Amino acid sequence: MNDAPAPNSFRNQPDDRGHFGQFGGRYVSETLMPLILDLEKEYNRAKTDPAFKAEFEDLLEHYVGRPSPLYYAERLTEELRKNAPEGPNGEKMGAQVWFKRDELNHTGAHKINNCIGQILLAVRMGKTRIIAETGAGQHGVATATVAARFGLPCVVYMGAKDVERQQPNVFRMRLLGAEVKPVKAGAATLKDAMNEALRDWVANVHDTFYIIGTAAGPHPYPELVRDFQSVIGKEAREQLLQRTGRLPDLLVAAIGGGSNAIGLFHPFLDDPSVKMLGVEAAGHGLDKDHAASLAGGSPGVLHGNKTYLLQDEDGQIIEGHSISAGLDYPGIGPEHSWLKESGRVEYTSATDKEALDAFQLLCRTEGIIPALEPSHAIAAVVKVAREMPRDAIICANLCGRGDKDIFTVADALGVEL
Amino acid sequence: MTRLANAFGKSHPALVCFVTAGDGPTDAVLDALVEGGADVIELGMPFTDPMADGPAIQLANLRALGKGTKTADVFRIATDFRARHPDVPLVLMGYANPMIRRGSDWFADECAKAGVDGVICVDTPPEEDAELGPALRGAGVATIRLATPTTDAARLPQVLETATGFLYYVSVAGITGLQQAATDSIEQAVARLKAGTDLPVAVGFGVRTPEQAGAIAKVADGVVVGSALVELVGQHGEDAPAKVRELTAALAHAVHSAKETAA
Ligand SMILES: Cc1ncc(COP(=O)(O)O)c(C=O)c1O
Repeated sequence: MNDAPAPNSFRNQPDDRGHFGQFGGRYVSETLMPLILDLEKEYNRAKTDPAFKAEFEDLLEHYVGRPSPLYYAERLTEELRKNAPEGPNGEKMGAQVWFKRDELNHTGAHKINNCIGQILLAVRMGKTRIIAETGAGQHGVATATVAARFGLPCVVYMGAKDVERQQPNVFRMRLLGAEVKPVKAGAATLKDAMNEALRDWVANVHDTFYIIGTAAGPHPYPELVRDFQSVIGKEAREQLLQRTGRLPDLLVAAIGGGSNAIGLFHPFLDDPSVKMLGVEAAGHGLDKDHAASLAGGSPGVLHGNKTYLLQDEDGQIIEGHSISAGLDYPGIGPEHSWLKESGRVEYTSATDKEALDAFQLLCRTEGIIPALEPSHAIAAVVKVAREMPRDAIICANLCGRGDKDIFTVADALGVEL
Repeated sequence: MTRLANAFGKSHPALVCFVTAGDGPTDAVLDALVEGGADVIELGMPFTDPMADGPAIQLANLRALGKGTKTADVFRIATDFRARHPDVPLVLMGYANPMIRRGSDWFADECAKAGVDGVICVDTPPEEDAELGPALRGAGVATIRLATPTTDAARLPQVLETATGFLYYVSVAGITGLQQAATDSIEQAVARLKAGTDLPVAVGFGVRTPEQAGAIAKVADGVVVGSALVELVGQHGEDAPAKVRELTAALAHAVHSAKETAA
């Protein structure tokens, strides 16, 4: 933690050079630089253009299905209270658990919020071809979806290993008209898909828009992805105030690159009573293979931004591991690195096993099959809720549904489908 | 840095040759480049995620890392090269993360101690110069900037502001090793760059053959060849030096004589 005094606001980052404190920035090759500057200019214009805002909101409402519900998970809350310690009055502790249900969005995850925003920018900029990277395939599906909706050709780069692991999403993308290009380079997973997307972009800057799937990459991506995803937190804030009459005590979200988490957190950052917890993937454990860049990494530069990375002493990038393909990234969005160092947000992690247990718990107590990514957030909720008083309110981001994960889960549970 | 000035101050255009440190018998390959007539050496620092590189140099990075090449090995290679070739300029080329890992001052200091004349950091544009630039220039190591077909007139002064050593014109918007640019577009681009700077301009990306190199050398101060040499190292492994010497000699002949035949 640094000793600098707390800023007046945690919501006015990044600076005009795209820096969140020492993090963020624009670490790209010269070929991409003019394009990134163009994108920044266009985004700044779009931000203040009522027509852009209106179109974004219209699509979110009628195409994505927003606002997503805010749901009080009563049976989960009661289940967690069963073995909670006793409070001062002898009754069981245990906070109320609420979920922001972004898994009910079109395409089944929060990823589409960002894709709608970015494709509108692409159209504004006159770009005629869309590219994206994907790990689990959720962002790829969301990108293929908006590309189909706007009639633009779309190429999705996906690590060859992930193509094998995520066949249903590969087929979905193809049904939606996207070309899925397996990437065999490097370790053949998400970071390599991102490298390949950057290579495509650099060779096709004149007509191509790169829709980045998380709140990372060179400025202005972390900012604009955050802004598009902030619809989650804005809605949640309003819904919580309306339903409970007050602000929540704790927000919880899983972190891959950090887009669903920053989307939930950002509108609350200047509400000092609201604590926040980001949950990284601890894989087999923080002392073994994992994908927890904040817990087990150190600051460095990758994919256009400075942020916490999993790396060795020479700055070579180490592959992440998580049972959840969407959290399996060796970096994290730069704003989270800054929020960690500033102390505003707390970060923890959940293992594969804890996420699997939480996954099953939600299935049985609430009749909701969550994706493995938010299952990490639920695992953290399981740990902290019982230590909190009964009138405390936790809001966790249920950022994706689990249909895509049933094969992985069956495999982990030793069930043959 | 004076080594760079001398190399570009010769009576003929300079041949700049790139290979990846730790790939194949690097010391012998570097000697072969010098024997073949290379005027400037670019030594690639291997990185797990070489996102500006095409397949040939990607594979070279993986081969080097697969053999356990560490940052210390890169500096060992550079230091030994400097001892064997006191006058041939050596430039490190690579990505930011391995360069900043132990701090920019540490890196600049190691470069100076190893006799490295300049650094090309692919993913650090002038906007992020503070990351490495002041430390390197402070240690007497050139910060070689890239200019590309997308670097427009409005942006060029910013690129030139922190450029030292020479300017590297990336002749195609793309990754290393694949495409070729038309010579007349290169000629115009070089003229545009030279109107803004006294630095020598070397042109690279997609240059593979002596014919291409010779054609570019007619209009530039230097020509950079990378992937074609790296492929030879990949194909021939321990036997690569002889092949590398042969190709370098052909390239050097074409580049060094380009302006004579043009006259
Ligand atoms: C459902 C879901 N949640 C979370 C993530 C992780 O991304 P982020 O941290 O950007 O929200 C993914 C990524 O694929 C996802 O599909």
